[in-house]
Amino acid sequence: MSLTIENPRAPRTRRSPGGVNWEKWGWVYMRVSGVILVVLIFGHLFVNLIVGEGVKAIDFAFVGGKYANPFWRIWDFAMLWLALIHGANGMRHLVNDYAANEKLRKLLLLALGGSTAVLLVLGSLVIFTFDPCPANSPADLLPSFCS
Amino acid sequence: MSTAIADRAPASGPESIQTFTVTVIIRRFLPGIDLEPRWEDFDVEMLPTDRVLDALHKIKWEQDGSLTFRRSCAHGICGSDAMRINGRNRLACKTLIKDLDISKPIYIEAIKGLPLEKDLVVDMEPFFDSFREVQPFLIANSKPKEGKERVQSPEDRARFDDTTKCILCAACTSSCPIFWTDGQYFGPAAIVNAHRFIFDSRDESNVRLDILDDKEGVWRCRTTFNCTEACPRGIQVTQAIAEVKQAILRGKP
Repeated sequence: MSLTIENPRAPRTRRSPGGVNWEKWGWVYMRVSGVILVVLIFGHLFVNLIVGEGVKAIDFAFVGGKYANPFWRIWDFAMLWLALIHGANGMRHLVNDYAANEKLRKLLLLALGGSTAVLLVLGSLVIFTFDPCPANSPADLLPSFCS
Repeated sequence: MSTAIADRAPASGPESIQTFTVTVIIRRFLPGIDLEPRWEDFDVEMLPTDRVLDALHKIKWEQDGSLTFRRSCAHGICGSDAMRINGRNRLACKTLIKDLDISKPIYIEAIKGLPLEKDLVVDMEPFFDSFREVQPFLIANSKPKEGKERVQSPEDRARFDDTTKCILCAACTSSCPIFWTDGQYFGPAAIVNAHRFIFDSRDESNVRLDILDDKEGVWRCRTTFNCTEACPRGIQVTQAIAEVKQAILRGKP
Protein backbone atom coordinates (compact mmCIF):
# COMPACT_ATOMS: atom_id res chain seq x y z
CA MET A 1 0.00 0.00 0.00
CA SER A 2 1.32 3.37 -0.94
CA LEU A 3 1.74 5.87 1.85
CA THR A 4 1.37 8.93 -0.32
CA ILE A 5 -2.12 9.98 -1.26
CA GLU A 6 -2.28 10.72 -4.93
CA ASN A 7 -4.70 13.18 -6.40
CA PRO A 8 -7.29 10.90 -8.01
CA ARG A 9 -8.27 13.34 -10.75
CA ALA A 10 -6.89 16.28 -12.61
CA PRO A 11 -8.11 19.42 -10.87
CA ARG A 12 -10.82 21.29 -12.69
CA THR A 13 -11.09 25.00 -12.25
CA ARG A 14 -13.74 27.21 -13.74
CA ARG A 15 -11.50 30.27 -13.92
CA SER A 16 -10.69 31.51 -17.41
CA PRO A 17 -6.90 31.25 -17.79
CA GLY A 18 -4.81 34.39 -17.35
CA GLY A 19 -6.01 37.92 -16.73
CA VAL A 20 -6.75 39.85 -13.57
CA ASN A 21 -9.06 38.34 -10.99
CA TRP A 22 -11.55 41.21 -10.88
CA GLU A 23 -13.85 39.60 -8.35
CA LYS A 24 -11.03 39.35 -5.83
CA TRP A 25 -9.81 42.90 -6.36
CA GLY A 26 -13.40 44.16 -6.36
CA TRP A 27 -13.85 42.55 -2.96
CA VAL A 28 -10.61 44.10 -1.65
CA TYR A 29 -11.60 47.49 -3.11
CA MET A 30 -14.94 47.46 -1.28
CA ARG A 31 -13.19 46.91 2.06
CA VAL A 32 -10.38 49.43 1.55
CA SER A 33 -12.54 52.19 0.02
CA GLY A 34 -15.17 51.62 2.71
CA VAL A 35 -12.69 52.33 5.52
CA ILE A 36 -11.30 55.43 3.76
CA LEU A 37 -14.81 56.68 2.96
CA VAL A 38 -15.83 56.56 6.62
CA VAL A 39 -13.06 59.09 7.37
CA LEU A 40 -13.70 61.21 4.26
CA ILE A 41 -17.49 61.41 4.58
CA PHE A 42 -17.62 62.07 8.30
CA GLY A 43 -14.82 64.66 7.91
CA HIS A 44 -16.82 66.26 5.11
CA LEU A 45 -20.03 66.34 7.16
CA PHE A 46 -18.21 67.67 10.23
CA VAL A 47 -16.53 70.53 8.35
CA ASN A 48 -19.67 71.51 6.43
CA LEU A 49 -22.33 71.13 9.11
CA ILE A 50 -20.75 71.50 12.55
CA VAL A 51 -17.58 73.61 12.46
CA GLY A 52 -18.03 77.37 12.85
CA GLU A 53 -21.53 78.66 12.04
CA GLY A 54 -22.71 75.17 11.11
CA VAL A 55 -25.18 74.47 8.36
CA LYS A 56 -26.13 78.19 7.98
CA ALA A 57 -22.68 78.95 6.61
CA ILE A 58 -23.20 76.93 3.44
CA ASP A 59 -23.70 79.12 0.38
CA PHE A 60 -21.92 79.78 -2.91
CA ALA A 61 -19.20 81.74 -1.15
CA PHE A 62 -18.60 78.88 1.29
CA VAL A 63 -18.08 76.42 -1.57
CA GLY A 64 -15.95 78.95 -3.46
CA GLY A 65 -13.81 79.50 -0.37
CA LYS A 66 -13.40 75.77 0.18
CA TYR A 67 -12.32 75.16 -3.40
CA ALA A 68 -9.74 77.95 -3.20
CA ASN A 69 -7.82 75.45 -1.08
CA PRO A 70 -6.25 72.51 -3.03
CA PHE A 71 -6.62 70.35 0.08
CA TRP A 72 -10.42 70.34 -0.21
CA ARG A 73 -10.25 69.77 -3.96
CA ILE A 74 -8.22 66.61 -3.41
CA TRP A 75 -10.48 65.59 -0.49
CA ASP A 76 -13.63 65.92 -2.61
CA PHE A 77 -11.96 64.33 -5.62
CA ALA A 78 -11.02 61.27 -3.54
CA MET A 79 -14.51 61.15 -2.08
CA LEU A 80 -16.12 61.36 -5.52
CA TRP A 81 -14.10 58.55 -7.08
CA LEU A 82 -14.03 56.20 -4.11
CA ALA A 83 -17.75 56.59 -3.33
CA LEU A 84 -19.00 56.39 -6.91
CA ILE A 85 -16.99 53.30 -7.77
CA HIS A 86 -17.89 51.75 -4.40
CA GLY A 87 -21.58 52.37 -5.07
CA ALA A 88 -21.41 51.26 -8.70
CA ASN A 89 -19.66 48.04 -7.71
CA GLY A 90 -22.39 47.38 -5.15
CA MET A 91 -25.03 47.98 -7.83
CA ARG A 92 -23.12 45.62 -10.15
CA HIS A 93 -23.40 42.91 -7.49
CA LEU A 94 -27.13 43.53 -7.22
CA VAL A 95 -27.53 43.31 -10.98
CA ASN A 96 -25.49 40.11 -11.13
CA ASP A 97 -27.50 38.61 -8.28
CA TYR A 98 -30.99 39.50 -9.41
CA ALA A 99 -31.08 40.10 -13.18
CA ALA A 100 -31.77 36.58 -14.41
CA ASN A 101 -32.17 37.50 -18.07
CA GLU A 102 -28.72 37.66 -19.67
CA LYS A 103 -29.64 40.45 -22.13
CA LEU A 104 -31.24 42.54 -19.41
CA ARG A 105 -28.21 41.98 -17.19
CA LYS A 106 -25.80 43.17 -19.88
CA LEU A 107 -28.02 46.21 -20.57
CA LEU A 108 -28.21 47.15 -16.89
CA LEU A 109 -24.45 46.75 -16.47
CA LEU A 110 -23.83 48.94 -19.53
CA ALA A 111 -26.21 51.62 -18.25
CA LEU A 112 -24.58 51.45 -14.83
CA GLY A 113 -21.05 51.72 -16.25
CA GLY A 114 -22.03 54.55 -18.58
CA SER A 115 -23.74 56.65 -15.92
CA THR A 116 -20.86 56.08 -13.50
CA ALA A 117 -18.32 57.21 -16.10
CA VAL A 118 -20.33 60.34 -16.96
CA LEU A 119 -20.69 61.28 -13.28
CA LEU A 120 -16.98 60.70 -12.63
CA VAL A 121 -15.91 62.87 -15.58
CA LEU A 122 -18.40 65.65 -14.82
CA GLY A 123 -17.56 65.67 -11.12
CA SER A 124 -13.82 65.73 -11.75
CA LEU A 125 -14.24 68.57 -14.25
CA VAL A 126 -16.18 70.64 -11.73
CA ILE A 127 -13.70 70.00 -8.93
CA PHE A 128 -10.63 70.98 -10.94
CA THR A 129 -11.98 73.75 -13.17
CA PHE A 130 -14.22 75.46 -10.62
CA ASP A 131 -13.69 79.22 -10.60
CA PRO A 132 -16.15 81.33 -8.57
CA CYS A 133 -15.11 84.52 -10.41
CA PRO A 134 -14.49 83.65 -14.08
CA ALA A 135 -12.71 86.43 -15.99
CA ASN A 136 -14.66 88.52 -18.55
CA SER A 137 -18.07 87.69 -17.12
CA PRO A 138 -20.75 90.37 -16.76
CA ALA A 139 -20.54 91.85 -13.28
CA ASP A 140 -24.22 91.24 -12.45
CA LEU A 141 -23.76 87.44 -12.79
CA LEU A 142 -20.83 87.34 -10.36
CA PRO A 143 -21.21 86.86 -6.62
CA SER A 144 -20.59 89.89 -4.44
CA PHE A 145 -17.18 88.79 -3.11
CA CYS A 146 -15.53 88.79 -6.55
CA SER A 147 -14.95 92.49 -7.00
CA MET B 1 -36.65 -0.69 12.76
CA SER B 2 -37.93 2.81 13.13
CA THR B 3 -41.51 1.66 12.55
CA ALA B 4 -41.42 -0.59 15.59
CA ILE B 5 -39.94 2.11 17.79
CA ALA B 6 -42.46 4.69 16.69
CA ASP B 7 -45.33 2.27 17.33
CA ARG B 8 -44.15 1.31 20.78
CA ALA B 9 -43.32 4.78 22.10
CA PRO B 10 -46.85 6.11 22.83
CA ALA B 11 -47.95 2.81 24.46
CA SER B 12 -45.02 2.65 26.88
CA GLY B 13 -45.51 6.22 28.15
CA PRO B 14 -47.87 7.04 31.03
CA GLU B 15 -51.50 7.55 30.08
CA SER B 16 -51.48 11.12 31.31
CA ILE B 17 -49.31 12.49 28.50
CA GLN B 18 -51.29 15.11 26.69
CA THR B 19 -51.59 14.82 22.96
CA PHE B 20 -52.44 17.78 20.78
CA THR B 21 -53.59 18.26 17.24
CA VAL B 22 -51.43 20.23 14.85
CA THR B 23 -52.17 21.28 11.32
CA VAL B 24 -49.29 20.62 8.96
CA ILE B 25 -49.41 22.32 5.57
CA ILE B 26 -47.06 20.69 3.09
CA ARG B 27 -46.04 21.96 -0.31
CA ARG B 28 -46.85 18.95 -2.50
CA PHE B 29 -45.64 18.28 -5.99
CA LEU B 30 -46.32 15.01 -7.75
CA PRO B 31 -44.58 14.99 -11.13
CA GLY B 32 -46.88 13.82 -13.90
CA ILE B 33 -49.98 14.87 -11.95
CA ASP B 34 -49.29 18.38 -10.67
CA LEU B 35 -48.18 21.05 -13.09
CA GLU B 36 -47.38 23.42 -10.24
CA PRO B 37 -46.61 22.71 -6.57
CA ARG B 38 -49.67 23.06 -4.33
CA TRP B 39 -50.20 23.36 -0.57
CA GLU B 40 -52.07 20.54 1.15
CA ASP B 41 -52.99 20.45 4.82
CA PHE B 42 -53.12 17.50 7.23
CA ASP B 43 -54.25 17.28 10.86
CA VAL B 44 -52.11 15.02 13.03
CA GLU B 45 -52.30 13.99 16.67
CA MET B 46 -48.91 14.60 18.27
CA LEU B 47 -47.12 14.06 21.57
CA PRO B 48 -44.94 16.79 23.13
CA THR B 49 -41.92 14.59 22.45
CA ASP B 50 -42.64 14.29 18.74
CA ARG B 51 -40.56 15.89 16.04
CA VAL B 52 -41.58 17.23 12.67
CA LEU B 53 -40.27 14.00 11.17
CA ASP B 54 -42.74 12.03 13.31
CA ALA B 55 -45.57 14.16 11.94
CA LEU B 56 -44.41 13.41 8.39
CA HIS B 57 -44.22 9.70 9.23
CA LYS B 58 -47.74 9.75 10.68
CA ILE B 59 -49.07 11.45 7.57
CA LYS B 60 -47.28 9.04 5.25
CA TRP B 61 -48.21 5.91 7.19
CA GLU B 62 -51.76 6.76 8.21
CA GLN B 63 -53.16 9.40 5.87
CA ASP B 64 -51.44 9.73 2.51
CA GLY B 65 -48.85 7.18 1.42
CA SER B 66 -47.89 9.24 -1.60
CA LEU B 67 -46.16 11.88 0.55
CA THR B 68 -42.48 11.73 -0.36
CA PHE B 69 -39.53 12.90 1.70
CA ARG B 70 -35.98 11.80 2.46
CA ARG B 71 -34.87 10.55 5.82
CA SER B 72 -32.39 7.99 6.91
CA CYS B 73 -30.93 7.94 10.41
CA ALA B 74 -33.64 10.19 11.94
CA HIS B 75 -31.13 11.40 14.55
CA GLY B 76 -29.58 14.48 12.98
CA ILE B 77 -26.45 12.84 11.62
CA CYS B 78 -27.11 11.64 8.09
CA GLY B 79 -28.34 14.99 6.80
CA SER B 80 -31.12 13.59 4.61
CA ASP B 81 -34.14 15.45 5.93
CA ALA B 82 -33.24 19.12 5.63
CA MET B 83 -36.41 21.01 4.75
CA ARG B 84 -37.93 24.43 5.04
CA ILE B 85 -40.09 24.43 8.17
CA ASN B 86 -42.02 27.63 8.86
CA GLY B 87 -39.72 29.46 6.44
CA ARG B 88 -36.47 28.29 8.05
CA ASN B 89 -34.18 25.51 6.92
CA ARG B 90 -34.00 22.84 9.59
CA LEU B 91 -33.63 19.11 9.99
CA ALA B 92 -37.10 17.59 10.43
CA CYS B 93 -35.59 15.03 12.83
CA LYS B 94 -34.12 17.71 15.12
CA THR B 95 -37.12 20.04 15.27
CA LEU B 96 -39.55 19.34 18.10
CA ILE B 97 -43.11 20.24 17.22
CA LYS B 98 -43.72 21.80 20.63
CA ASP B 99 -40.87 24.25 19.97
CA LEU B 100 -42.80 25.64 17.03
CA ASP B 101 -45.89 27.79 17.42
CA ILE B 102 -48.55 25.03 17.45
CA SER B 103 -51.45 27.48 17.64
CA LYS B 104 -50.74 28.12 13.97
CA PRO B 105 -50.29 25.60 11.14
CA ILE B 106 -46.80 24.35 10.47
CA TYR B 107 -45.66 25.00 6.92
CA ILE B 108 -43.26 22.47 5.42
CA GLU B 109 -41.69 22.72 1.98
CA ALA B 110 -38.62 21.45 0.18
CA ILE B 111 -35.34 23.37 0.46
CA LYS B 112 -35.04 26.13 -2.12
CA GLY B 113 -32.56 26.63 -4.93
CA LEU B 114 -32.30 22.99 -6.03
CA PRO B 115 -34.57 21.41 -8.67
CA LEU B 116 -37.76 20.06 -7.08
CA GLU B 117 -38.34 16.39 -7.92
CA LYS B 118 -41.28 15.31 -5.79
CA ASP B 119 -42.94 16.75 -2.67
CA LEU B 120 -40.04 17.40 -0.27
CA VAL B 121 -37.38 15.73 -2.41
CA VAL B 122 -35.00 17.86 -4.47
CA ASP B 123 -32.24 16.94 -6.88
CA MET B 124 -29.07 17.13 -4.77
CA GLU B 125 -26.65 16.55 -7.66
CA PRO B 126 -25.77 20.25 -8.28
CA PHE B 127 -25.02 20.51 -4.55
CA PHE B 128 -22.76 17.44 -4.56
CA ASP B 129 -21.10 18.60 -7.80
CA SER B 130 -19.81 21.74 -6.06
CA PHE B 131 -18.78 19.61 -3.10
CA ARG B 132 -16.76 17.32 -5.39
CA GLU B 133 -15.20 20.23 -7.18
CA VAL B 134 -13.42 21.60 -4.09
CA GLN B 135 -11.57 18.26 -3.75
CA PRO B 136 -12.75 17.37 -0.24
CA PHE B 137 -10.07 14.78 0.51
CA LEU B 138 -6.55 14.82 1.92
CA ILE B 139 -3.94 15.67 -0.71
CA ALA B 140 -0.43 14.88 0.53
CA ASN B 141 2.52 13.88 -1.61
CA SER B 142 5.18 13.66 1.09
CA LYS B 143 5.76 10.36 2.82
CA PRO B 144 5.58 10.13 6.60
CA LYS B 145 8.59 8.46 8.23
CA GLU B 146 8.75 4.67 7.89
CA GLY B 147 6.18 3.10 10.19
CA LYS B 148 4.87 6.46 11.38
CA GLU B 149 1.59 8.22 10.92
CA ARG B 150 0.94 11.78 9.81
CA VAL B 151 1.26 13.49 13.17
CA GLN B 152 -0.92 16.44 14.05
CA SER B 153 -0.90 18.45 17.26
CA PRO B 154 -4.18 19.02 19.12
CA GLU B 155 -3.85 22.76 18.30
CA ASP B 156 -3.55 22.03 14.57
CA ARG B 157 -6.55 19.72 14.80
CA ALA B 158 -8.57 22.37 16.62
CA ARG B 159 -7.91 24.85 13.80
CA PHE B 160 -10.49 23.20 11.53
CA ASP B 161 -12.56 21.38 14.13
CA ASP B 162 -15.71 23.42 13.48
CA THR B 163 -15.91 22.57 9.79
CA THR B 164 -15.44 18.82 10.35
CA LYS B 165 -18.99 18.74 11.76
CA CYS B 166 -20.65 19.24 8.35
CA ILE B 167 -23.19 16.51 7.46
CA LEU B 168 -23.89 17.80 3.92
CA CYS B 169 -27.58 18.33 4.54
CA ALA B 170 -27.62 21.40 2.22
CA ALA B 171 -29.52 23.52 4.78
CA CYS B 172 -26.89 26.27 4.47
CA THR B 173 -26.48 26.25 0.70
CA SER B 174 -30.24 26.23 0.12
CA SER B 175 -30.72 29.16 2.52
CA CYS B 176 -28.19 31.32 0.65
CA PRO B 177 -29.83 34.10 -1.41
CA ILE B 178 -26.86 34.11 -3.80
CA PHE B 179 -27.33 30.39 -4.43
CA TRP B 180 -31.07 30.91 -5.07
CA THR B 181 -30.35 33.25 -7.96
CA ASP B 182 -27.04 31.84 -9.15
CA GLY B 183 -26.82 28.06 -9.14
CA GLN B 184 -23.21 28.28 -10.37
CA TYR B 185 -22.07 29.61 -6.98
CA PHE B 186 -20.17 26.97 -5.00
CA GLY B 187 -22.35 27.63 -1.97
CA PRO B 188 -21.52 27.62 1.75
CA ALA B 189 -21.37 23.84 2.19
CA ALA B 190 -18.68 23.35 -0.47
CA ILE B 191 -16.61 26.19 1.02
CA VAL B 192 -17.01 24.74 4.52
CA ASN B 193 -15.69 21.39 3.29
CA ALA B 194 -12.84 23.11 1.47
CA HIS B 195 -12.05 24.97 4.72
CA ARG B 196 -11.81 21.63 6.52
CA PHE B 197 -8.88 20.61 4.28
CA ILE B 198 -7.35 24.05 3.56
CA PHE B 199 -6.62 24.48 7.28
CA ASP B 200 -5.58 20.86 7.86
CA SER B 201 -1.85 20.90 8.68
CA ARG B 202 -1.43 17.47 7.02
CA ASP B 203 -2.81 18.65 3.71
CA GLU B 204 -0.17 19.92 1.29
CA SER B 205 -2.24 21.27 -1.56
CA ASN B 206 -3.16 24.88 -2.27
CA VAL B 207 -5.34 23.85 -5.20
CA ARG B 208 -8.58 24.52 -3.32
CA LEU B 209 -7.62 28.16 -2.85
CA ASP B 210 -7.25 28.49 -6.63
CA ILE B 211 -10.57 26.73 -7.22
CA LEU B 212 -12.43 29.03 -4.80
CA ASP B 213 -10.63 32.18 -6.04
CA ASP B 214 -13.17 32.27 -8.83
CA LYS B 215 -15.99 34.43 -10.14
CA GLU B 216 -18.38 31.86 -8.64
CA GLY B 217 -16.15 31.21 -5.64
CA VAL B 218 -15.88 32.85 -2.22
CA TRP B 219 -16.08 36.39 -3.62
CA ARG B 220 -19.76 35.88 -4.36
CA CYS B 221 -20.47 35.58 -0.64
CA ARG B 222 -22.24 38.70 0.70
CA THR B 223 -21.95 37.71 4.38
CA THR B 224 -25.71 37.48 4.80
CA PHE B 225 -25.25 34.96 7.67
CA ASN B 226 -28.25 32.90 6.45
CA CYS B 227 -25.97 29.87 6.31
CA THR B 228 -24.75 30.24 9.89
CA GLU B 229 -28.35 30.56 11.09
CA ALA B 230 -29.51 27.57 9.07
CA CYS B 231 -26.74 25.12 10.04
CA PRO B 232 -28.26 22.36 12.21
CA ARG B 233 -24.75 21.49 13.45
CA GLY B 234 -24.01 25.01 14.65
CA ILE B 235 -21.04 25.52 12.33
CA GLN B 236 -19.96 29.15 12.05
CA VAL B 237 -20.29 28.96 8.27
CA THR B 238 -19.90 32.65 7.45
CA GLN B 239 -16.77 32.81 9.58
CA ALA B 240 -15.33 29.79 7.77
CA ILE B 241 -15.98 31.50 4.42
CA ALA B 242 -14.30 34.69 5.67
CA GLU B 243 -11.26 32.65 6.75
CA VAL B 244 -11.04 31.11 3.28
CA LYS B 245 -11.22 34.61 1.76
CA GLN B 246 -8.30 35.70 3.94
CA ALA B 247 -6.35 32.57 3.05
CA ILE B 248 -6.83 33.33 -0.65
CA LEU B 249 -5.59 36.90 -0.15
CA ARG B 250 -2.54 35.57 1.71
CA GLY B 251 -2.06 32.83 -0.89
CA LYS B 252 -1.66 30.23 1.85
CA PRO B 253 -3.75 28.87 4.78
